[in-house]
Amino acid sequence: MDFDLSKPQRLLKDSARDLLARECKLDRVRTLAETDTAHDDKLWQTICDQGWMGLVLPEEHGGLGLGLVELAAVAEEMGRACLPGPFLTTLTTAALIERAGSEAHRAKYLEPIAAGELLATVAFLEESASWDLDAVKLSTKRWDRNFHISGRKLFVPDADVAALLICVVREGDNLALLPVERAADGLSIKPMPTMDGTRKLYEVTFEGVTVPEADALGADGDARGALREALEVGCLALCAEMVGGMQWVLDTTIEYVKSRQQFGRAIGSFQAVQHQCADMLLMTESARSATYYAAWAVTEGDPAASVAVSIAKAYCSDAYREVGNRGIQLHGGLGFTWEHDLQLYYKRSKSSETLFGDATFHRERIARIVVDGDTVPRARAAQSEDLAWQVQPVATDSAIEVSANPSDPS
Amino acid sequence: MDLNLNPNEQRFRDEFRAWLETNVPEEWKGNTNAEDREDYIEYLRDWQRKLYQGGWAGISWPKEYGGRGATLMEQAIFQEELARARAPQLIGTIGLSLVGPTIIAMGTEEQKSRYLSKILSGEEIWCQGFSEPNAGSDLAALGTKAVRDGEVFIVNGQKIWTSFAQLADWCLLLVRTDAEAPKHKGITCLLANMRSEGVAVRPLRQMSGDSGFNEVFFSNVSVPTTQVLGEINRGWTTAITALMNERANLGTGVLVIFERNLEALIARSRTVERNGRPASEDPIVRQKLAQAYLELEILRLNTNRALTSLSKTGTPGPEGSTLKLYWSEMNQRTQQTAQEILGPYGQLKDFDNGMWEYSYLRARGNTIEAGTSEIQRNIVAERVLGLPKSY
Ligand SMILES: Cc1cc2nc3c(=O)[nH]c(=O)nc-3n(C[C@H](O)[C@H](O)[C@H](O)COP(=O)(O)OP(=O)(O)OC[C@H]3O[C@@H](n4cnc5c(N)ncnc54)[C@H](O)[C@@H]3O)c2cc1C
Repeated sequence: MDFDLSKPQRLLKDSARDLLARECKLDRVRTLAETDTAHDDKLWQTICDQGWMGLVLPEEHGGLGLGLVELAAVAEEMGRACLPGPFLTTLTTAALIERAGSEAHRAKYLEPIAAGELLATVAFLEESASWDLDAVKLSTKRWDRNFHISGRKLFVPDADVAALLICVVREGDNLALLPVERAADGLSIKPMPTMDGTRKLYEVTFEGVTVPEADALGADGDARGALREALEVGCLALCAEMVGGMQWVLDTTIEYVKSRQQFGRAIGSFQAVQHQCADMLLMTESARSATYYAAWAVTEGDPAASVAVSIAKAYCSDAYREVGNRGIQLHGGLGFTWEHDLQLYYKRSKSSETLFGDATFHRERIARIVVDGDTVPRARAAQSEDLAWQVQPVATDSAIEVSANPSDPS
Repeated sequence: MDLNLNPNEQRFRDEFRAWLETNVPEEWKGNTNAEDREDYIEYLRDWQRKLYQGGWAGISWPKEYGGRGATLMEQAIFQEELARARAPQLIGTIGLSLVGPTIIAMGTEEQKSRYLSKILSGEEIWCQGFSEPNAGSDLAALGTKAVRDGEVFIVNGQKIWTSFAQLADWCLLLVRTDAEAPKHKGITCLLANMRSEGVAVRPLRQMSGDSGFNEVFFSNVSVPTTQVLGEINRGWTTAITALMNERANLGTGVLVIFERNLEALIARSRTVERNGRPASEDPIVRQKLAQAYLELEILRLNTNRALTSLSKTGTPGPEGSTLKLYWSEMNQRTQQTAQEILGPYGQLKDFDNGMWEYSYLRARGNTIEAGTSEIQRNIVAERVLGLPKSY
């Protein structure tokens, strides 16, 4: 067992850090956050020239065919740089096309995505703002060999720059994944101005938008399964971004408390300050352990992978917010200003917290397996028998009777 | 990065698993009540001897001293397999996790061959005589005096909170040998025989009810100078080595205890009621159980990462403080969750053999023993993050 990045993985991460330090400086982030789309063609092309957009896509479709650990390594650096724009969104869409699409879909979309020529997004959330697949209510009807969509999607990231939208709709008990072009008749978008300027959100309205039946993704496969997996890929990249963000806040705070003087000495010599810093480190490192483990587990197709993703997202959601809180606290009034870059990360932590489900959402996902299941998956690999942690029945000689059967996994 | 067991680790795991299948006595499997048996300590010694004779003690210790010469990762697998097989706990954890590694790192050849194999066979139990009434967090302020008289030191003073002293044959003892030198520079570490004349042990009752720790009094106890571990007046270095090992090694040991505990709590949550249905169906309970589970999994992951880095660097460093901080505070949160789920049942001494009552109280000590949380945060801040000293 070797729980550390390999040399090539480390090189990839270091080169990502160097490149972003040059090409995505914080004043650039700040400017982009105040534009309508947070997207910049030149920056985008620089990123895509590195092959990052196709990092985990198959080689036959112009990708690099690497695993999610490599993706996490790069995404961590994106989070450290607070990279604005549609990377995460396009990545998630590509993961969905890869899993749900036919050979024709993959051929049509993945190569341009990998090359950075096609930006894409997934329209999933609705009024309920729930990431539960069962929360998708927008339904579709079919006639004349077309799907017809009328209704609204909310909180759709980067919809203004994405030329392609995969709209998740309900058809009876099933979900359908319908590719819609930005220019389609009946489609309109409206910004939903939000706290984090680096990730723009939109309301997308469909008024009689039609999609040919033949275009639907996952038509003869498992659309739900593909969607769940694709959201997990996005979620994982997001967790890695969050780890990078925490690292930036920690580094920046440590540097500050070493130099800022009060009462004639560095504030970093006060224990009340030191202990906050120690906790920030612990949270950052724990988030990192959870995230890289999940990346590895998903890549290996490990049976505990889904739980691992939820562990990572639940932990990162709470930890990034808390690291941000303490980082700002330790900067005093300066931390509360618009001028200090901490605010960019603080807002990013909030948008990241809810994207792909917040801690509460993911804890419930964990509970469905860990509390309701017969066996508990363990965060260690090897053979599947190792993943099962048998929940032993309780001895019956105790003071209270079994009051009900364990609930069914729902 | 590869979290699969490599072929060696896998072979090790399979072999040990097979050995455990035939060697863990049926009647003890999963027996949470075992501590109540009168012959418990004897039983645990037997168990340790059995492990030793089977070649399963001191997994990462050198072969020439009775160890297995295997890797730290295999040491961690060993712990996991013990838990999986519901084997009895290891006796002599102080010897195994703290004294042994320190003797390996700092001991003379004679000391290594004299003490190590007897730790592994369970023949000799050790205790750690560091804390004193006036030297706890400020360990270097210790005052137990040792005065050299030819080839022996004469030791006078008092230790406190000494776990296992009531059973121990030997003590890793910190004494002051130079009262004039700055406090860190006048300390020596001795391997002291607890059966020597002049050693008196007085058990102290812990708030959890058991007599785990003790006061130990030394009056004119003579310890040969060959029993110095490390160098005279350089005992602080030895102490730090011991503490780093303690923090690095305790993590893998507590993991398996916590795992069984949470497993039992999840099973319990299905049988206790909350708002007219099983607690396990209550959304708040589910949130808390999931949180306990994810924190425990992250402890395992943090531990595995630390083991990877320890395998590469060789010596445990101040990062061990983050692990200690994490597991001690985590266990307190989890025990509170257990109490919330179980309500007044959690406080009963005969519900589940009193394990919840005991675990809750015992967890209270976790953030004090092996260095308080405040001290761990100081260490992380100053030694890992490089902040200026606070005092
Ligand atoms: C269950 C248990 C088992 C133990 N087993 C052993 C054993 O086998 N051998 C052994 O030698 N010792 C043992 N100990 C003792 C343990 O190591 C000490 O209790 C611990 O180091 C704290 O010392 P103290 O009790 O003197 O508290 P103090 O040092 O007096 O601390 C009191 C409070 O002040 C805080 N404090 C002190 N100094 C600082 C500082 N610089 N910055 C911030 N806060 C500070 C502490 O964190 C604590 O909250 C055990 C303790 C327990 C609870």
